[in-house]
Amino acid sequence: MAVAVRLSALSKKFGSLAAINNVSLSVEEGTIHAIVGENGAGKSTLTKIIYGMHLPTSGELSIKGEALRFTSPREAIKAGIGMVHQHFMLIPELSVAENIILGHEGTSLFHRLPLKKAKSLIKKDAERYGLAVDPDALVASLSIGEQQRVEILKLLFRHAEIMIFDEPTAVLTPSETERFFVTLRSLRDTGKTIILITHKLDEVLAVSDTVSVMRKGEIVGTMPSASVTKEELAQMMVGRNVLLSVTNPAATPGEIILTINNLCYRTTRGEMKVQHLSLNVRAGEIYGIAGVEGNGQSELLQALWGIAPEGTIISGTATLKGASIIGKRPGDIALMGISHAPEDRLRHAVITEYTVFENLLFGQHRERSFHQGIGFNGPAIKRYAEKMIADYAIRCSSPENQPLGSLSGGNQQKVVLAREMSRPGISLLILAQPARGVDIGAIETIHNKIIEARDTGMAILLVSSELDEIIALSTRIGCIYKGSIRHEFSQAEVELKREAEHEFQKEIGLHIT
Amino acid sequence: MEAKQLRFLIPLLSLLSALAVSSLIMVLADRDPLMIFGKMFQATLGSSYGSGQVVFRTTTLLLVGLAAAIPFQVRLFNIGAEGQLLMGAFAAAMTGAMLPATIPALVAIPLCTFSAMAAGAGWALLAGALKIQFGVNEVIGTIMLNFIAQGITGYLLTYHFALPSTVHTAPIATAAAIPTFDKVTGWFANAPANLSTLLAVGLALLLWMMLFRSRFGYEMRAAGLQPDAARYGGINAGMQALTAMSIGGAAAGLGAANIVLGYKHYYEAGMTGGIGFTGIAVALLAGAHPLWIIISALFFGFLEYGGLTVNTWIPKDIFMIIEAITIILVISFTALGKRLR
Repeated sequence: MAVAVRLSALSKKFGSLAAINNVSLSVEEGTIHAIVGENGAGKSTLTKIIYGMHLPTSGELSIKGEALRFTSPREAIKAGIGMVHQHFMLIPELSVAENIILGHEGTSLFHRLPLKKAKSLIKKDAERYGLAVDPDALVASLSIGEQQRVEILKLLFRHAEIMIFDEPTAVLTPSETERFFVTLRSLRDTGKTIILITHKLDEVLAVSDTVSVMRKGEIVGTMPSASVTKEELAQMMVGRNVLLSVTNPAATPGEIILTINNLCYRTTRGEMKVQHLSLNVRAGEIYGIAGVEGNGQSELLQALWGIAPEGTIISGTATLKGASIIGKRPGDIALMGISHAPEDRLRHAVITEYTVFENLLFGQHRERSFHQGIGFNGPAIKRYAEKMIADYAIRCSSPENQPLGSLSGGNQQKVVLAREMSRPGISLLILAQPARGVDIGAIETIHNKIIEARDTGMAILLVSSELDEIIALSTRIGCIYKGSIRHEFSQAEVELKREAEHEFQKEIGLHIT
Repeated sequence: MEAKQLRFLIPLLSLLSALAVSSLIMVLADRDPLMIFGKMFQATLGSSYGSGQVVFRTTTLLLVGLAAAIPFQVRLFNIGAEGQLLMGAFAAAMTGAMLPATIPALVAIPLCTFSAMAAGAGWALLAGALKIQFGVNEVIGTIMLNFIAQGITGYLLTYHFALPSTVHTAPIATAAAIPTFDKVTGWFANAPANLSTLLAVGLALLLWMMLFRSRFGYEMRAAGLQPDAARYGGINAGMQALTAMSIGGAAAGLGAANIVLGYKHYYEAGMTGGIGFTGIAVALLAGAHPLWIIISALFFGFLEYGGLTVNTWIPKDIFMIIEAITIILVISFTALGKRLR
């Protein structure tokens, strides 16, 4: 078969750091080629070079046998390459058809928009690839899965032959993911070449023909997907044998710490995001909330951390050891002994321009022990930060001067968790998607730390859309659906069912859809 | 290149380029740039009086620079230093004029200085409150407040407080005057440079300490860099904005004290001469960093006064061109440096 994309001895350096180093790779035409690797392994950089967003420092890129040098995505698009980014590049205020023709409006200023062509394409391709979507609908009104279909239609409209997908399933529900895979396969069957960037190993094995593993900027192996197991891939990615599941010794829960009773959350637009939700979390247990994203988890977290937007109506109660949380500000809630690692780490939990040290201090910066006179107590902060960095194996070169933004996602999350889990005097820990965007090696550390915190008697509320994470860590599991806990698994049930994880996942799946 | 090196290199490079461009303009205007720059150095650094003038102007510029820089730490553009300066100057002059003649200097000076700072801070706080409470963009708010300050001071001066057939108020009590260096140490013969300079430099140092070494600045900068995260971390971003604006306004007020208490000893129509706007440029050139602002203000102070001294050979507007080109170049080079990395 012909080679669609060939990389020869490709390197890309940012300053002194080699993001990718001497990578050679051939992607065959009409195949789904998955590239897996930990965060910071260089997957994104690699795709950005193929898509013309970065110029390689050295090495050669050829498309269908022709050596090319893209200085902008525009040139890459001309060469038949398309990319669906993790964060969609759509304009929500425009219709589906208008989004699809964006960038191809015609050469003259008053040229008629090729809307008809776009609509007929949507009609034609909808069935062929399973990309049904209403061409006149506003993108803002579409579900995430539908928006992704629009992105794919955009590529088809531009006659892209080589399609790059960056973490396409990160935002999809399980059923949307299934449907997306069907689309991928039919695209491949019509001769398109698919490059799939992901860190979900199950998906790699489910959908790809070939898989390449990247580690530290290099390709450490390329093989047919049918010939490899999940564990082997994981091992190649981290360079050592990792446990995909943590050991979770039986919990011995104590008194009730957090009680949520009949909580309702009504947005300014009148939507009921949380409806009569009740649950409690005891000391020394992890209460896992399982559910597909968008079923009220974010709003529940907002209510518990006192950051619901103005105009939101919250009723019902949430109490920490009898004291009400609702209506307080984040700073006061923290003082009550609650710690929170939010879902959207980059936006809410860190200041990316601040150094690693400064971020480890964030939210704890009022602790008296870190102060001396009018300023901070440098040595005390250094002692604390260095201990955190060692305890949580945070990988960084010069934490005192290095901005947090330069760390990989996993290490950023370790900084957040280290800080939130080590705050003195906390009795409740609220963790949202602790393993999101985190590589396998770091997930292991993080999960062990969560269990460790539980064993010190902390009450932990865990919100995650990853079922295996919920099952592996939780003492009890509440299944959230449309803003309420629809079903709760007791400690005994969880411990029993954890043995047959696959069956358990299916059972939970029934309660969350 | 390392960020630290760029920090030195970019302003220097911009400055040199700006000098080259302005030399070119001088040549085109048939003047010898070497002669003009030579004269300029002679009249400023080469003379005790000239140096004193530069120091005096630098002091005001440093303070109005801080007035723009501190709010910028929370991503607010304080265009209102001019108005804050006017309010501060008027407050200082009025307070000083109302004091009894027998009051000791140790009471009079702090009192007048404080009223200038309070007036400046209050005026800036108003813009901050408009922003937080009603969403009035602070750029619009501060510009409008500049006009209002002009109107208020103009009205009060003309209709109530101007001495007959003058455009200035009654002089302040002698004790309220901040002594010049000339009087205290014998430096800068007859120049208006006064002890406010020490206050100004002290304030810059203090603000630098507070911004980068204390919880105060840690929270303030966090609120500016990532307001959402700040909220999660229990920081009240609105409060930080108000605080930053008040500090900025207070700095401008101190700048007014330098002019009124240290030099003029009364309030006079047009005495600020738009120096509040130059403060924005001073802060820009320094990247809103309190210590760099000292250097940046010195550069502007040098050009402002130096330009006057060579006015007979070349219009002083040429030095406005140098200032402007330097700032444009600093911004462009900084963007370029980021792209290259």
